[in-house]
Amino acid sequence: MTTPSSEERSRDAAGSTESAASRAVHLEAVPLRHYGRWISAAVLAVLVAMFVHTLVSHIDRNGVHNDQRFQWSTVGRYLFDPSVIHGALVTIELTAAAMAIGVVFGIVLATMRLSTNRQLRYVSWVYLWFFRGTPVYVQLIFWSNLAWLYPTLSLGVPFGPSLFQISTNQYVTNLFLVAIVGLSLNEAAYMAEIVRAGILAVDGGQLEAAQALGMRRVQSLRRIVLPQAMRVIVPPTGNETISMLKTTSLVGAALGGGGELYRSIQNIYNLNYLVPPLLITGCCWYLAMTSVLSVGQFYIERYYGRGVGTSAPPTLLETLRKSFGRSPHVTASSLGKP
Amino acid sequence: MVHAEGVEKRFGHLHVLQGINLCVARGEVACLLGPSGSGKSTFLRCINHLEKISAGRLTVDGELVGYEQRRGKLYELSDRKICAKRAEIGMVFQRFNLFPHMTALDNVMIGPRTVLRRDRAVTEAKALALLDRVGLADKASSYPSQLSGGQQQRVAIARALCMDPKLLLFDEPTSALDPELVGEVLSVMQSLAEDGMTMVVVTHEIGFAREVANTAYFMDGGVIVESGDPKVVLTQPTHPRLRDFLSKVL
Repeated sequence: MTTPSSEERSRDAAGSTESAASRAVHLEAVPLRHYGRWISAAVLAVLVAMFVHTLVSHIDRNGVHNDQRFQWSTVGRYLFDPSVIHGALVTIELTAAAMAIGVVFGIVLATMRLSTNRQLRYVSWVYLWFFRGTPVYVQLIFWSNLAWLYPTLSLGVPFGPSLFQISTNQYVTNLFLVAIVGLSLNEAAYMAEIVRAGILAVDGGQLEAAQALGMRRVQSLRRIVLPQAMRVIVPPTGNETISMLKTTSLVGAALGGGGELYRSIQNIYNLNYLVPPLLITGCCWYLAMTSVLSVGQFYIERYYGRGVGTSAPPTLLETLRKSFGRSPHVTASSLGKP
Repeated sequence: MVHAEGVEKRFGHLHVLQGINLCVARGEVACLLGPSGSGKSTFLRCINHLEKISAGRLTVDGELVGYEQRRGKLYELSDRKICAKRAEIGMVFQRFNLFPHMTALDNVMIGPRTVLRRDRAVTEAKALALLDRVGLADKASSYPSQLSGGQQQRVAIARALCMDPKLLLFDEPTSALDPELVGEVLSVMQSLAEDGMTMVVVTHEIGFAREVANTAYFMDGGVIVESGDPKVVLTQPTHPRLRDFLSKVL
C-alpha cells in the first residue's frame, strides 16, 4: 500500500462517499525498477561505440598512412568474386550431399541398433565406435590414401577369383567424391544417435497401437514412429547441418584441394596477403548460408510440430515479434476488468 | 471365437498367467474383472500376440494366435503372418494411443490404408461414417490433442472398427477418463455389443459388466477364480475373493 496522495486525502477529508473497493480497481501495480540495468546499458553502449569506431577507423600500417583498418572495400571486392561464389556453391553441394547420405545412413544405423537382431546391433555399435572415435580430419586424409592400402577394389568370390575390378586411384583423385564419402560416413555415426534418441522418445504405446492394427515393423516405423520422432530429431539435425557446413572448410586442408569456400578464400589471400578482409568475406558467406538454414529449420520444426498443443503453431513472423517485442505488463486494473 | 486352454505366461520368474481356460462365442461379450496385477490385461494382450504365451493353446476364430502346430510343438509364425492375424482383431487401449501427428480421420483411415491397402475414397467414406457413429462427425479434422479423453477413446474405437475386426479387445477403456466422460464411451461399447460384435473387455466398470456382458470372469493371481452370468456372479458371488473385491469397488 502506498500512502494516499494529498488529493485523495483531501477528498476523504471532504467526506467522499466513494467506496474503497471501487478506488482499488484503479490502483496501478508498478513493476520492480531495475536501476542497475540503466548502468549496464550505458556501459554496453560505450563498448559497442568503441567497437564500431574500430570498424571504420584508419590506422598506420607498414608506413602507409590512413589505411582503413578493416579494408571493407577489399571485403566487398571479393564478396562476389567468381572463385568465391564457386567455393560457396561447392560448400553447399558438399553439405547437402554429405547430410543427405548421413541422414539416410544414420536412420539405417539407428534402426539396426534398436533391432531385435543381435548381429545388426553389434555391427552398428562397432561402426559408431570407430567413426565417432576418430577425428573427421584424419578420416578424410585416410580416405584419400585408400589406394595405399587397397590399390584395387574387386567384386568376386571371397578368397577366390574376382569378377569385377576397379583401380582405387581412379576414384580417390576425385577430391569431391572423397570429401563426400569422408564427411557422410562420419556424419552417419552422429545422425544414428540422434535418430535413436528420437525413436526412443516416442511413447511405446504408439508402436503397440500400430502393431494392433496389423502393421509390419517397417510400416509402423515409417508411418507412426519416425514422424513423431522427427520432433526430437530435427533440432539436433539442424545443428549437425550447420556444423557440417563449417566442417567442409577442413576439406581443403585435409585433401589439399576440393575447391570449397574456405579453400577459395585461402587461394586468394595466399596471393595478396590481405588475410583478415578475406576471412571476413568468407565469414559473410558462412553466416548467410547458416542463416538460411536456420529459417529452413524453423519451418521443418513447425511442420513436424503439428498435432502438438491445441492451436496452430506460430509463423516465423509471429515468433520473431514475440521474442523481440515488449513483455506484456499486467496491471491491477487490467486484472480487475473481465 | 476366442478359445483358451491352459494359457500360461511367465515374465522371467514371475508366473503371471497360471493356466487360463476361457471360451467366448461369436457375438458374445466377455468381461474380465479383477484386482491390478491379476493378469487380466496380460491375458488380453496374449489374444492378439502383443505378448507371447509361454504354454497352452489360444485360438481366435479356430486358428492359433502367433503359432503354428506341427509335430506336437508350437512354432512361432513369421512377422507377416502374425500381422495378418492381428489385422482381424481390433484393440482399444487404456491410454487411447491415438497417433498424435494425424487428424482423427487419418487415425481411423491409416489401418485400412496401410495394412489392407484399401482404396482412399472408399476408406474415407467409411471412416467418416464410423466417426459419425461414435458421435464425432464434426471432429474429423481435429488432432487428438484438441479432443477430450472421451472423444479420443471414441476415435480409437472407430479406428479399431474401420479394420472390420472379427473381435474387439478393450484394455480398461475407461480407466484413464474423467468420471463425467466414462458414460459416452460405455454407451458406444454397449451399442456395439447390441450389434453383435464379439468383445473381450478388461474393465473395472461393474455396472457395465452386469448390463452388457454375457459372461463375467473374475481373475486373481493369474487364474480365473469365478465365472458365469454377470447378473448372478456379480450380485451373489460365491468365491470369498470376489466377494471381498466387490465389497471394495461397489
